[in-house]
Amino acid sequence: MSTATLPDDLILRERFGDIKPPLAPQAAVIEANRCLNCFDAPCTGACPTHIDVPGFIKRISTGNLRGSALRILDANILGGSCAKACPVEVLCEGACVMHRYNHEPIQIARLQRYAMDSFQATGEELLTAPRGSRNVQVACIGGGPASLACAAELCRHGASATIIERQQLPGGLNTYGVAEYKLRASDSLREAEMIRRMGVEFRFGGGVDSAAALEELESEFDFIFLGVGLGAMQRMNIPGEDSKGVVNALELIASYKTGRIKELSGTVVVVGAGNTAIDAANAARRLGAETVYLLYRRGERDISAFDFEYEHAKHEGVQFLWRRQPFAIRTNERGRLLLDTVQVREIEKTLLPVPDSLFTIECDHVIPAIGQSKFAQLVQDLRRIEVRGGCIVADPSTGQTGNPRYFAGGDCVNGGREVVDAVADGKRSAQAILKIAEAAYA
Amino acid sequence: MPDIRVHGFAGRIDAPNPFWLASAPPTNCGEQIMRAFDAGWGGAVWKTIGEPVTNVCSRYSATDWNGLRMMGLNNIELISDRSVDENLRELAMVKKQYPYHAVIASLMVPSNREAWHEIVARAEDAGADGLELNFGCPHGMNERGMGSAVGQVPEYTEMITGWVKEKARTPVLVKLTPNVTDIRTIARAAKRGGADGISAINTINSITGIDLDTLVPRPNVDGKSSHGGYCGPAVKPIALNMVQQIMSDAESALPLSGMGGISTWRDAVEFMLLGCGTVQVCTAVMHFGYRMVEDMAEGLENWMRTKGFATLEDFRGLSVDRVTEWKHLNLNYKIVAHIDEQKCIGCDLCHIACWDGAHQCIHVDRAEGPVNGRVELHSTPAAIEERSRTSIAITPVTRQERAAAASNHGPYPTPLAKIPRVDETECIGCNLCALVCPVDECITMIRVDSGLPSETWEERTRGAERATQPQVS
Repeated sequence: MSTATLPDDLILRERFGDIKPPLAPQAAVIEANRCLNCFDAPCTGACPTHIDVPGFIKRISTGNLRGSALRILDANILGGSCAKACPVEVLCEGACVMHRYNHEPIQIARLQRYAMDSFQATGEELLTAPRGSRNVQVACIGGGPASLACAAELCRHGASATIIERQQLPGGLNTYGVAEYKLRASDSLREAEMIRRMGVEFRFGGGVDSAAALEELESEFDFIFLGVGLGAMQRMNIPGEDSKGVVNALELIASYKTGRIKELSGTVVVVGAGNTAIDAANAARRLGAETVYLLYRRGERDISAFDFEYEHAKHEGVQFLWRRQPFAIRTNERGRLLLDTVQVREIEKTLLPVPDSLFTIECDHVIPAIGQSKFAQLVQDLRRIEVRGGCIVADPSTGQTGNPRYFAGGDCVNGGREVVDAVADGKRSAQAILKIAEAAYA
Repeated sequence: MPDIRVHGFAGRIDAPNPFWLASAPPTNCGEQIMRAFDAGWGGAVWKTIGEPVTNVCSRYSATDWNGLRMMGLNNIELISDRSVDENLRELAMVKKQYPYHAVIASLMVPSNREAWHEIVARAEDAGADGLELNFGCPHGMNERGMGSAVGQVPEYTEMITGWVKEKARTPVLVKLTPNVTDIRTIARAAKRGGADGISAINTINSITGIDLDTLVPRPNVDGKSSHGGYCGPAVKPIALNMVQQIMSDAESALPLSGMGGISTWRDAVEFMLLGCGTVQVCTAVMHFGYRMVEDMAEGLENWMRTKGFATLEDFRGLSVDRVTEWKHLNLNYKIVAHIDEQKCIGCDLCHIACWDGAHQCIHVDRAEGPVNGRVELHSTPAAIEERSRTSIAITPVTRQERAAAASNHGPYPTPLAKIPRVDETECIGCNLCALVCPVDECITMIRVDSGLPSETWEERTRGAERATQPQVS
């Protein structure tokens, strides 16, 4: 079975043009030649998957593009989407020694994309050890980056891996949740297809949501990897939250990426100031909303979004309302939303409303973006798996949980980080599983 | 204002500055040379005049390096493809309009006395300020018994130079080919033949590369290539060496017009410090056009001003004696590498260069916190790499994590753990680390007192010989 694909929507493509456009071949070589080729390079150290950055860049400069791509994929099977979705400003490019030399870091992400695009254009398949050459069967629950990386690493070494995804498309947040101007859903699906051709099996549409279902998996598989991600978006818990026109950030992003929403108009208020809030606000602008406010209960310096994301939102024309908290949503007679807000002040770490600061924003959409819930129902049902603060507890170096047959990685363990962190987790778990299987065989 | 004019080079040649165009495509015709003089060039050696040739296409190929074009240029072009008459008519016109610029006629004719006598007379009648005998061209013409076929045989060089001198009234420069085992043997022959000066070096035999799709070497002439002549920045060190060899040899030394990879005033000054009275440029002009001479002249003047030199003769040849035979070098001179922690960017290129390419004395093993006694962990590069690749790194997503990631540098711009350390007791002072370091002045070589007087290899072995000589009474 081939993994499903999405139609290429030209309007979407135009509205969500790449924020980091691809490098032309000569530009790539010039940029590659700027790399100093550091030994024990800090970019490689900063990358959670430890991609050999100078190694793949050197190969671009010599025209060894196949070698370059394989070098990347060797460390990070989702090297293509990471090249586009990674916040490189705080990872590889942030660590580049060029900051201390002539200030402009090497454009690692764009070079990585160049290598990956070139490789994908050849349509070449990745070499793997013969399927079943290692007698170990692993189920990966969830079809996002962590499971994809875990399953791919297992297959590369001849083990069998099956991804179980409740949605109809693989890729998890890579497909449904990354802003389209960074990573297209179609790119995410192409990557999943590459992994499928490596021999990973996919089962779509079937959730694993009971202890009984898990027991069934336990009888079929030797190990189970949990890459289930986080729970639903958190609710604001204010009256009127379920009104028509209120849609949470992840739902908005997934809807436009899969073509269910093609346009927005009027005034949109995004509540929250994380990276997802910024993605949603930018998306609202690009989908046609005239006025987009981003409402945050604290100040500019407290936002959890990366600095470059904040700057990007300002360029997109998003307006910021600081120190303001919503407390109710009403609908007026014309069907528009009325978002009641109040100014708040932080006193000894608690937010207190400022008297006489009520302010109602008349708008067409309210987009809550105040984080995903950490609690995944499934996890609670698992025996001997410790959950702390809503996250699964797993050994950082192996991903193994308290139940030795269960491994876990990605957002359900780290509480919500980046694609590259999920890939690193998945890879480490796969390596640990292979090691255990090897030891058992010996 | 320093005076950069050339007076009486090779006896009688004057020029407004020492920057001449070498005999090559930039001096193909009078129109070009006049534009070059307008741009600021002080002289030009005419594209070699002789019986007109038929050229092939293509003719040039290059060696690029790290994305930069034409580190070296190679050509299989022959001498002028225009008639002697046409060339000399234009030469006369140039000389008439630019009486104070140096116009040198480069000549190449078959190896018989009459042919040389005739061409010498015609070139001088046209008004050439001097003659350059092309005994250097390493491709095509040598197959016909000319060019480097002459310049590779001392007897031929001496004989033909002699023929020319029988007739010439203007200074005669012999242009030498580097495609010989010892350029001094040819320089001596030229001097014996009566040459007034030398031009060196001509191009070096080369194949620049092979097209990996067609498997045909470059330049491609209908599926075949030929040995070309290599020039450009890549050949400068070879040229400087030969210039120094000529100028340090009493039987060779003559007024020298130096060339080979000169692209900037810095290059030009280096050739002059090794004794050249003028310098010639070709590849850089083929790359950037005539106007590059503006910076050459300004740069030279500004350098002379800072160094306090009034004329070119004030510094010409000052570095010739600074090159000596190895046996005269001081064996007790000691230097060690020093890394400036405030400048280090943590690329660790010095570390890996020292480990893999030198003497394993730069380590990445800075200890953190208080330490008792010596710390010499001497981790191998492979161990360091392994440690780094198996470490767990996470994306700093919160503000606190980002702040923590940015603030672990201590007092240095680079985290101390990433700044390599030189083991000075082991450092052999080879310079490699300073050469690979991308940051100016970050790694410097510091002199350390070895406590020993200067002693050369010759002095040491002479002593040994004396000691082992049998005592004769």
